[in-house]
Amino acid sequence: MRELMPRWDGKLAIGVATVALITVFALVVPLLAQDPRSSANPALLPPGPGHWLGTTKLGNDVLAQLAVGTRGSLFVGVLGGLVSLVLALFFGILAGYIGGVVDEVLMLLTNINLVIPGLPLVMVIAAYVQNAPGLGSLARSSLMVALVLGVTGWAGSAVVLRAQARSLRTREYVAAARVAGEGTLRIICVEILPNLVPLIAAQLIYGVIFTVLGEAGLSYLGLGPTGSITLGTMLNDAQTGQAVGTGAWWWFVPPGTIIAALGAGLSLVNFALDEVVDPRLRQAPQAVRRQRRSRAAITREEASA
Amino acid sequence: MAFYLRRTAFYAVTVWAAVSLNFLLPRLLPGDPAAIMIGKLRRASGGRPLSPEVIASINAVLGPPKGTSLWEQYLIYWGRLLHGDLGISSTRYPARVVDLIAAALPWTVVLVGTATVLSFVLGIVAGAWVGWRRGTWLDHLVPVTTVLQSIPYFWLALVLVAVLAVQLGMFPIVGGYDVFDFPAGPEASWAFLVSAFTHAILPAVTIVISSVGGWLLGMRNMMVATMSEDYVVTAQAKGLRPSRVRSRYAARNAAIPSLAGFGIALGFVVAGSIVTEQVFSYPGVGRLMIQAVSGLDYSLMQGVFLVITLTVLAANFVMDLLYGLIDPRVRTHA
Repeated sequence: MRELMPRWDGKLAIGVATVALITVFALVVPLLAQDPRSSANPALLPPGPGHWLGTTKLGNDVLAQLAVGTRGSLFVGVLGGLVSLVLALFFGILAGYIGGVVDEVLMLLTNINLVIPGLPLVMVIAAYVQNAPGLGSLARSSLMVALVLGVTGWAGSAVVLRAQARSLRTREYVAAARVAGEGTLRIICVEILPNLVPLIAAQLIYGVIFTVLGEAGLSYLGLGPTGSITLGTMLNDAQTGQAVGTGAWWWFVPPGTIIAALGAGLSLVNFALDEVVDPRLRQAPQAVRRQRRSRAAITREEASA
Repeated sequence: MAFYLRRTAFYAVTVWAAVSLNFLLPRLLPGDPAAIMIGKLRRASGGRPLSPEVIASINAVLGPPKGTSLWEQYLIYWGRLLHGDLGISSTRYPARVVDLIAAALPWTVVLVGTATVLSFVLGIVAGAWVGWRRGTWLDHLVPVTTVLQSIPYFWLALVLVAVLAVQLGMFPIVGGYDVFDFPAGPEASWAFLVSAFTHAILPAVTIVISSVGGWLLGMRNMMVATMSEDYVVTAQAKGLRPSRVRSRYAARNAAIPSLAGFGIALGFVVAGSIVTEQVFSYPGVGRLMIQAVSGLDYSLMQGVFLVITLTVLAANFVMDLLYGLIDPRVRTHA
């Protein structure tokens, strides 16, 4: 069990701290700040007392928008990440464990999904879905954006999970469970999945990063959710409000910084997980460092002798 | 041989799936894109009635009102496609979708293609070096590239535009060339080339900055893994010069997965430009796609998506075949 836990080091600590800070910010600050949609403030106020991050062209408080937007982006990110993880687990594990014809068919679907370019596909689907009259207010909600991103972004994880499931399938304890007469579903849940926990966690984190960035990109292109505030819709507002041209940096710098910090924090956590999945990444630099240290020690001894 | 047959069959199926997806999406989802399109076209033509030929073309692409079976529609759709008929644009009425794409394609291919090649070369060379010096301070570059990777591309581009183009005035802000110097559009002159080049520098730089980290990281990790292989240890034990071990033994093998990624990235040259072209109002395929989506120009949207998908598939296909030559192991294990 110890081996499945990431090693506690600086990178991991910074990553966890960043993600935790952003999450707390998104959960707590909306309760304290003013209404993000209130336009009672003066427009385009630079940062100062009263409005720590200034105001937008419409007089919205940027800090309040930022907090609510972070919450919105986290919601989209986690939901989209979960949707793509469930699909990746279904396609990857089933294909890898069962093999044969099932593998061929599921992998064909996965590979088709993998090679069809993501952003254009998302744009096309979003354009159709968001103008479908039958969906009502759901059509342009953040829920729908998360779903579209989740449904289009699972294929990469599925390939990774399949490779691992395939190699686990040939292990002796799995064979033993099969001989003991355990069902396929039970073997997958009890024997295979627990051994994949670090990898699954890493794939979920990738999914969250992918969805947060995807939502920001979609919103920037004007295809984001309309009902709710996210970091992406903030950037879109800043773009249409000429924030770059008028030098209102406090409007577009904070949302981008939060996205970058969130992505970087999650990636740092993933590094630690990667080193659990592939121990060579950790051991090789360590071995070199050890070698160099002992070589230095020998030179020092020779010098003193 | 079986390897090549399998790959060819896979791509044939994928092309079929992509085209069918294009056909099914507007028909399966609620709403009536064809009716919207015809309404838009009528407005675009100034209220004059549309020719039956145009209406037939829209119906073939987006679905007729009612009556014909889905299978018949599917056959008509393929027929249109194979004749190169992607319909007529409503946002740029009465231009044909095919002509619009043909005019936009060179811009995208030159800009994003050059940037992708530059980014790949830089990333591989730097990644090989960082991987070779594993266990030193250079390892700290790894988290730095992660931060670079997590920055949303368009935001980085916006900040660079705000600082370099708006504040310092070092580069032009928008466009593919100076529309005031060349009001008649692109021409084959030295001055035009210079104008196009200066407009391409900043977009290219933003693409390189945002993508070089991925190449660097991938190459570095492969390099670290390869350096612990027995044949590298053997090469070092034989007393070969470190530079020879680095380039001929380690880097050469470590670069193989990146090479595959490069092939795929080349395919995405046409697709990956959408956000770039939005930031810089660059007159390429991506901008066409955005115009189509925001103007609900379904014919143009479908056409661009099809072209993007086919380019990606073609690049993947070529890369798969070449990869079998570079690394014979995949031919036997696939």
